[in-house]
Amino acid sequence: MALDVQAIKKDFPIFDERDKPLVFLDSAASSQKPRAVLDAMTDYYERSHANVHRGVYALAEEATARYEGARSRVARFINAPSEREVLFSKNVTESLNLVAQSWGRANLSAGDVVVLTEMEHHANIVPWLMLKEQLGIELRYIPVTPEHVLDLSHLDQLLDGAKLLSFTAMSNVLGTVNPIRRLTDAAHAAGAVVVVDAAQLVPHQRTDVQALDVDLFAFTGHKMLGPTGIGVLWGREALLDSMPPFLGGGGMIREVRLDGFTPDELPHKFEAGTPPIAEAVGLGVACDELDRYGMDEVWAHEQQITEYAIRTLAERFGDDLVVFGPPASDQRGGVLSLGFKGLHPHDITQVLDHSGVCVRAGHHCAKPLMKCLGVGAVVRASFYVYNDTSDVDALADALQACSDFFGL
Amino acid sequence: MPGLEDLYREIILDHYRNPRNRGELETPPARRVEGFNPLCGDEIVVYVQVDDDGRIDDIKIGGQGCSISQSSASMMSSAVKGKTVDEARALTRAFKALMTIHESRLDGGDGSGTDTPTPDPEVKLGDLEALQGVVKFPVRIKCATLSWNTLGQGLDEVGTEITP
Repeated sequence: MALDVQAIKKDFPIFDERDKPLVFLDSAASSQKPRAVLDAMTDYYERSHANVHRGVYALAEEATARYEGARSRVARFINAPSEREVLFSKNVTESLNLVAQSWGRANLSAGDVVVLTEMEHHANIVPWLMLKEQLGIELRYIPVTPEHVLDLSHLDQLLDGAKLLSFTAMSNVLGTVNPIRRLTDAAHAAGAVVVVDAAQLVPHQRTDVQALDVDLFAFTGHKMLGPTGIGVLWGREALLDSMPPFLGGGGMIREVRLDGFTPDELPHKFEAGTPPIAEAVGLGVACDELDRYGMDEVWAHEQQITEYAIRTLAERFGDDLVVFGPPASDQRGGVLSLGFKGLHPHDITQVLDHSGVCVRAGHHCAKPLMKCLGVGAVVRASFYVYNDTSDVDALADALQACSDFFGL
Repeated sequence: MPGLEDLYREIILDHYRNPRNRGELETPPARRVEGFNPLCGDEIVVYVQVDDDGRIDDIKIGGQGCSISQSSASMMSSAVKGKTVDEARALTRAFKALMTIHESRLDGGDGSGTDTPTPDPEVKLGDLEALQGVVKFPVRIKCATLSWNTLGQGLDEVGTEITP
């Protein structure tokens, strides 16, 4: 069944009672939060808060149960075989740094090859560049074609001898959905471990980490209706078991002596310090909300808007407007990066903001990709459950106003 | 669109559409300095040539950026060309004071904090005052000051060469 956007909008307090309607087209940066998530977090603080995994009193047990309940809920959302495989982090950036510093330092040495793609977010480039500086590893990049998809024509050569492949499931700039299973199978055939940055995919598409057959899989709460400050790293249990701890401190140990320590079991081994408890509770409820809408319906809805947007903008602006990324298809998500009449993205977004249209301008933490595209920055509109075709029309009207304003 | 006109004054749009002193200079004798705004990816290149008397005898601007950064760079190039290094620095101080006055007022200060450059009341900003509206849009202040910071870096480098 199609999403009822008007009903869904009522779930999100930010759209309530505004001077002018909020046209929010920046969910790829961070989504808005439904009342259910905010209420659950407030309720947690008002009724159940204590530190987790420490106290023996009833309140601490209740807090622990809510925190661990959220972990089970997230495990179910991505069809993880065990909640022991679901690690809470701060965000995708921290999840990927965990992989680089824990798995990377334990398994890589000078000359070892890590393969990335040219369409990665800085979060999936810089941790590996740091490892290159620390260990002297070699980085290879799968190129991007002029059609803005990955060029897989030399995939086997690039993967030859590689120890690890890390790639984005969906580009935060192009909307390109990469062939996860194909890349994973090729990497496994080459003996490489597979890491996926799924920040842009998990919020929008039904996810089954077992079917994808990947090894490590990172996503974040705040792009999927949840709060900021909580991210997830899922990994195969045996692999996570073999990895040394990342951050050291309280909560991640079984034993500490003056001359050494023994780490705790999964998932606690990777959760040093007091975790984001209320944020986990909020993320669990965000999963409930997304499943209530239906992930297949969410994906279908965004595909429809994206198709409508690409068609409408082409009809209204023709060659004055460039849409980056592949054509509308099931290999493209609801992220639309634009160039318009040679205007600088900062100037466009400034005028769009004046029309109440929130889009993002900049390099979107993907400077190597910007270089591939031959631009310094782009304007990006992105769609989610609370957007419909009226938002696209507002975007088109605002672009026209922008053109008028600059006298073009 | 009321409000936007405060930011995009006609003279700013004129400099954006018809940038002055656009191009490159031979290095040496000119010095080439790059400036970046990591927030938006804007890059600016300033070529500045200082003669033996400490006078900026030529300046060219390269790179790419938004209307605010480009027009600010264009206006800056016109304003400092032919001026001495000291005069250019005084103008830079005056311009940066224009860009910080709003912020320091918001903080409850009087604009004379340690981070705020003290302008010389004798320095006339002229057309550059058109950029005053930028302070109402705080994220754009860095766009307006990018070329000035880059020029300042270039003048510093020239200065260390002249003064042993």
